[in-house]
Amino acid sequence: MPVITLDDVKRALVEGAGVDAGVDLERGIATLTFEELGYDSLAVLETGLRLGRENGVEIDDEQLADIETPQDLADAVNQALAEAAVA
Amino acid sequence: MIREPAAITGIGIVSPIGNDREAHWIAQQKGVHGIAAVERFDASSYASTLAGEVRDLDPAPALGGRLMSSTDWMTQMSLVAAAEAVADSGIAERHEPGRCGVFTASTAGGYEFGQRELQNLWSRGPKYVSAYQSYAWFYAVNTGQISIRHGFKGHSGVVVADAAGALDALASSAAHLHHGNAAMVSGAVDGTLCPWGWVAHVAGGGTTSASDPETAYLPFDPRASGAVVGEGGAHLVLERAADATGRAYALLVGHASGFVRSSQDPTTVLRRVVEAALADADVRPDRIDLVLADGAGTVAADADEAAVLRSVFGPRRVPVTVPKAAVGRLQAGGAALDVAVAALALRDGLTPPTVHSQVDPAHGIDLVTEPRAGSLNSVLVVARGRGGFVSAVVLTSPHHHPEGA
Repeated sequence: MPVITLDDVKRALVEGAGVDAGVDLERGIATLTFEELGYDSLAVLETGLRLGRENGVEIDDEQLADIETPQDLADAVNQALAEAAVA
Repeated sequence: MIREPAAITGIGIVSPIGNDREAHWIAQQKGVHGIAAVERFDASSYASTLAGEVRDLDPAPALGGRLMSSTDWMTQMSLVAAAEAVADSGIAERHEPGRCGVFTASTAGGYEFGQRELQNLWSRGPKYVSAYQSYAWFYAVNTGQISIRHGFKGHSGVVVADAAGALDALASSAAHLHHGNAAMVSGAVDGTLCPWGWVAHVAGGGTTSASDPETAYLPFDPRASGAVVGEGGAHLVLERAADATGRAYALLVGHASGFVRSSQDPTTVLRRVVEAALADADVRPDRIDLVLADGAGTVAADADEAAVLRSVFGPRRVPVTVPKAAVGRLQAGGAALDVAVAALALRDGLTPPTVHSQVDPAHGIDLVTEPRAGSLNSVLVVARGRGGFVSAVVLTSPHHHPEGA
C-alpha cells in the first residue's frame, strides 16, 4: 500500500529545492517531469534524501539518477518502504 | 597584460552603502559609510565586532525560490549585481550568448552555506547535508550561476587570489575578448559574514579590534589599527573597445600581477607590479591622475604602499583615495568595486573621498578626504591580498587621446 503521496513529494521539493513564482506545482506535480518543472538532478537528489530520511529508508543515488517524474520518486520511496517492511 | 583595450560597458554594484550602481556612487561621493556592529550574527565575543554589511537587499523576488534554496548569500548578491551589469550593457541583445563568458574572482566561496551544512553534518548526520552543498560553497559557483542564469556559454573561469583576484579576473576577461569572446561578465561579489568566516578573518590578522565605526578603518592614518571586513562588490561587463564606441564608462588598458614571497620586501614586488601595469598601459607615471590604493589599514602595510607610490610617482604627491574605507574590505569584491568606482569617477570627473582618515604627512601622498571635482583621464587601481597576492590595473577615459595615439 502506498505510503508516500505526490503531496509528500511536493512538500519535500518545496522545502529542499524551493519553488519559483509562476511554477504551478499543484497542477504540474502529477503530469510533468522534474525537468519540465524546472528542477535539475540535484533537486531530485535533495528531495529524495529528504523523503528517505523522513521515512527511515534509503534510496541509492543511482536509482535517484534515473527518476524523471515526481510519481517515479514517490514510487521509489514506497518500494523502499515495502522492502524494509518485508525484511 | 592587456593586448587590446577592453571597454567597461556595464556596471552592477551591491555594497554596504548601496544596492545598485548609482545608489552606491551617490553615497560614495557624499562620504556615507556603511560600517557598524555586526548584525548578521552575534559577534560581540570576538576580537573584531564591526563589519560593512549589505542591508535591505531581498534577492528573492528577482532570483526565485529555487536559486534561494541552492545558493549562498554571496552568490545571491553576485547574481543581483551581475544582472544589473548585464542589463546596463545590453550585451544580451547585442551578442550571441555562446560568445559571452563569465570570469569572476572569489576568496572562500559560499562560507555561510558551508557552515550550515557542516553543522547539519556534525549535529544530525550525513543524510541531513543539503545536496546543494556540492557546489554552493565552491569558488567557481558565482561564475557558474551567472553563466546559467544568463545563458552565457563562452569561455569562462574563476581566479582565487584573495583580495587581488578581481583585477586578475578582469585581465583574463580582456584576454578572452582577444581570443574570440564578444563580451565578458567579470569582477567579484564576495562575503563571509558568518561565525566560521569571522573566525578566519580574526585569526588571519589585520582586522581592527576598534569599536567606533568612525575610527575603525583608517587607511594611511597614523591611528590605523587594522581593517574592517565587509561584503559585496561589483560585476563589470567588458567588450572590445572597437565594439563599444560611445558606450564605455572607461577602458581597461593595463594590468600586472605579482606575488610577495615571505622572504621578500613587499615594496619590491609592489613597485614592480605598479610599474609593469603602467608600462602595459603605455601610460607614464606623470599621466596618472588618481590612485585607488589598496589601503590595508595597518601602519606597516600602508607605509609600504605609500613608499611605493612615492617612488613611482615622485615628489608631486599623487592624488590617492581609498573608497573602501566607507564599506570595509570586501575580500575579492573590494578590488572589483574599486574598478567600478574608478570607472564612474572617470565618467563623471569626480573623485570620491577616503572617509574618516587623516593622512600621515610622512606618506607624501595627496589623500583625497573630501569629494573632489575635476576631469580624470588615467587612474591606477592597486590591490593586495592575504598571503602575498599583488595586482594593479590602469583605466583610462574613453574620451582620452594620449599623445601620439
